Amino acid sequence: MALTGLGIYKHLPKTNCGDCNFPTCMAFAMQLAAKKVSLDQCPHVSDEGKAALAEASAPPMKLVKIGKNSHELLIGQETVLFRHQEKFHHPTGIAVKVKDDLAEEELTNRIEAINNLHFVRVGEEIGVDLIAVEHSSTSPQGYARVVKKVKEMSDLPLVLLSPDPKIAEAGLEVSAERRPLIYAATGKNWQQMASLAKKHSSPLALKGESLEELADLTQQIKKLGVDDLVLSVDGPRVADTLQDLTRIRRLTLSKTFRPLGYPTIAFVTGKDPFQQVGQAATYICKYGSIVVMEGTEPWKILPLLTIRQNIYTDPQVPNAVEAKLYEIGEVTSHSPVLVTTNFSLTYFTVEGEVENSKIPTYISVVETEGLGVLNAYAGDKWSAEKIGKTLEEQKIKERINHNSVIIPGLVAVFRAELEEDFGWKVLVGPEEAARIPSFLKNEWKVTS
Amino acid sequence: MLIPEVRQKWANPINTITIGATPEEGGTRTRTVTVGGSTTLPFLHFEGKIPHRPALAMEVQDITPKDWPEILGEHFSDVWDDPGRWAKKCVDQLGADLVCLRLAGCDPDGENKSPDEAAVAVKSVLEAVGVPLIVWGCGDNDKDNEVLPQCSEISAGERSLFGSITEDNYKTLVALCKADGHKLIAESPVDINIAKQVNVLATDLGLDPKDIVIYPTSGALGYGMEYVYSIMERGRIAGLDGDTMWAMPILCDIGKEVWKVKEAVSDEIAEWGDQSQRGPLWEATTAYVYLLAGADILIMRHPKAVSEVKKYLEKLIESK
Ligand code: B12
Ligand code: SF4
Repeated sequence: MALTGLGIYKHLPKTNCGDCNFPTCMAFAMQLAAKKVSLDQCPHVSDEGKAALAEASAPPMKLVKIGKNSHELLIGQETVLFRHQEKFHHPTGIAVKVKDDLAEEELTNRIEAINNLHFVRVGEEIGVDLIAVEHSSTSPQGYARVVKKVKEMSDLPLVLLSPDPKIAEAGLEVSAERRPLIYAATGKNWQQMASLAKKHSSPLALKGESLEELADLTQQIKKLGVDDLVLSVDGPRVADTLQDLTRIRRLTLSKTFRPLGYPTIAFVTGKDPFQQVGQAATYICKYGSIVVMEGTEPWKILPLLTIRQNIYTDPQVPNAVEAKLYEIGEVTSHSPVLVTTNFSLTYFTVEGEVENSKIPTYISVVETEGLGVLNAYAGDKWSAEKIGKTLEEQKIKERINHNSVIIPGLVAVFRAELEEDFGWKVLVGPEEAARIPSFLKNEWKVTS
Repeated sequence: MLIPEVRQKWANPINTITIGATPEEGGTRTRTVTVGGSTTLPFLHFEGKIPHRPALAMEVQDITPKDWPEILGEHFSDVWDDPGRWAKKCVDQLGADLVCLRLAGCDPDGENKSPDEAAVAVKSVLEAVGVPLIVWGCGDNDKDNEVLPQCSEISAGERSLFGSITEDNYKTLVALCKADGHKLIAESPVDINIAKQVNVLATDLGLDPKDIVIYPTSGALGYGMEYVYSIMERGRIAGLDGDTMWAMPILCDIGKEVWKVKEAVSDEIAEWGDQSQRGPLWEATTAYVYLLAGADILIMRHPKAVSEVKKYLEKLIESK
């Protein structure tokens, strides 16, 4: 992407007229390369020059939108190979398959099951992003009927899975306004598929036998005016797919190789659920923009959504909640008080368990610069003294008629000082949040 | 269309390390395990060589664990009062490449077992199985410095992997392992520089860098895993780029982390689906992700997770 000064200079008028407020075209080009000025500052660039520069300065990997309005999925436009270099921008879309040969009731159940694949983790909604409607045996009308049903029952963006342009067309006719991803153009059908994509302004996936073939396909299809493309990568084995995905990402970012500068889609294969999850895990970590899963069992999907959440968090931003006193449920002066840190993961894990306990509770969150319990301790971001002061600042004593505070089991060492210096009666809670409900039910009541 | 070349040429291979010694080599193992040696990032066969498949160790303890959930208990409660039988089950029935004996019983805040008792546990595992051993202390520095010397001596020549040395506690164990011919786990708290520093300290005492395995700390899927993942990737890239203090194979201690998190352990949340599958899958998935970041040795607990990760590895280690 990063265009050099010289690369830009080639497309400028080279007259050194100075209208841009720089003495020479070269000086202006250098400023442009450093992104300090914008191209409009030169009134004399030709239209071809503008087009070439826009093209050259476009991001190396295209951003592709699937779906419409509030239910759209953005994929692509990644900028790094490893998350520690910056961050990954557009989380892998997780698609689940629906086949078109299901009986009505089965179909309904399946769509409902997919709609239910939503969870809350670390205060964030995570869920499946797409439904892929796979053609197997029905007529175009039969396929359209299923697409329509899926569309009626779910807001999720769609993938129309069929190599047959007639089937794709039937699906598009009933769903084009939702901008489904058409899967897929191949060496054989690309002209028809591309004209469908053009007609319905839908994104189009391409499938080739090799990266070379894929690159040829994108170039041909682009000439027809279709550029919202997704590259389908499925080698015979998971290792092959991993390597192709890696090569595409490197080609895009290290070589600005535009013919493959698009997001990707990969499919899990086989029947064994643990191996399917292994494949999907591989593609989430390593450069898949969409992963198509089989099956709707939540125990298979939850770990995948969790990997995605982990890998796509921004490593440069501490994930912190505001340090203050939180009231969970209808708290009263008898409610227990828990102390924790302001690392989001820590706070939300604790909050979730407090909710599970159904016991109204105060959670006093201490400012620990976004570190969890042991990290804040080892990194000197909290101490008994800091907790004592925080409790004072949060004026918790004015709200309760008891004198007890519950601290995390992992920092039991804080107990004595909190008792001696701050006059609290300290209860050492469990080491894991999961045991908070039973602790509140059994031990808190007894001691308070 | 011609596709540009994106193969990278890395400066340095990752060190190769062999754990376990056969009778000809001065030990009593019937098998040894070799890991490392890669000249590229995980599973990128198009770019370099990956001569050894990552190895799977199963965890055994010197006491009956109190905090292992029922879903693990159902596989091990018939043997877990006896480390030898427990180890044998892991190897003969469950396909472990190595056994990791964790001396949890020596913890002074727990059963506080003596160095003699620990050495007996080591001996009993060595006698029960032919695979190489990982011997891991209880984590209390002073106690480990009492216990591990006996364990090292009694297994001199076996070329076990001993753990762990840290920035503040390395001298005793480095000296021992040099004397008794073992390998060492160098532990650091999710920190790229501290990991290096431990290796510098140990090698300054004359330990061969090739005798070290890096343990950068592990976190479970959903519980800080991404921090470890990125430290591993950065470290592995540094190693391949020529940093000799990061050129060591990497170990991940997974079972210990996974089997305390709710997603693996709880059967109370219906929306999460079948725990009997979800539990082992949580462990397997944590393993998959660490393998992609560069793990060479995994310590795991659930039999199903172990067998599935093995299958996964077979698919990743072969290619067109
Ligand atoms: C991810 C991680 C990091 C991340 C930071 C993540 C964060 N924002 O906190 C990074 C890489 C930045 C990091 C840094 C450090 N780390 Co660190 N890190 C970890 C790791 C792998 C996971 C921690 C985690 O996120 N756990 C998940 C959260 C949710 O757990 P939690 O906060 O404890 O909350 C749980 C319970 O405590 C409980 N709970 C929470 N609140 C409450 C409240 C009540 C009332 C109750 C009852 C329960 C409860 O519920 C939660 C779920 O069960 C651990 C090792 C491990 N596997 O645990 C090491 C670990 C915590 N780190 C450690 C260390 C030493 C450090 C550093 C000091 C190293 C250094 N560079 O010098 C720094 C400290 C930070 C600094 N210098 O500023 C040590 C701490 C040693 C100790 N026992 O004190 C650990 C244990 C690793 C080790 N074995 O050596 N670390
Ligand atoms: S205004 Fe345009 S043509 Fe004139 S010097 Fe600046 S860049 Fe060159």
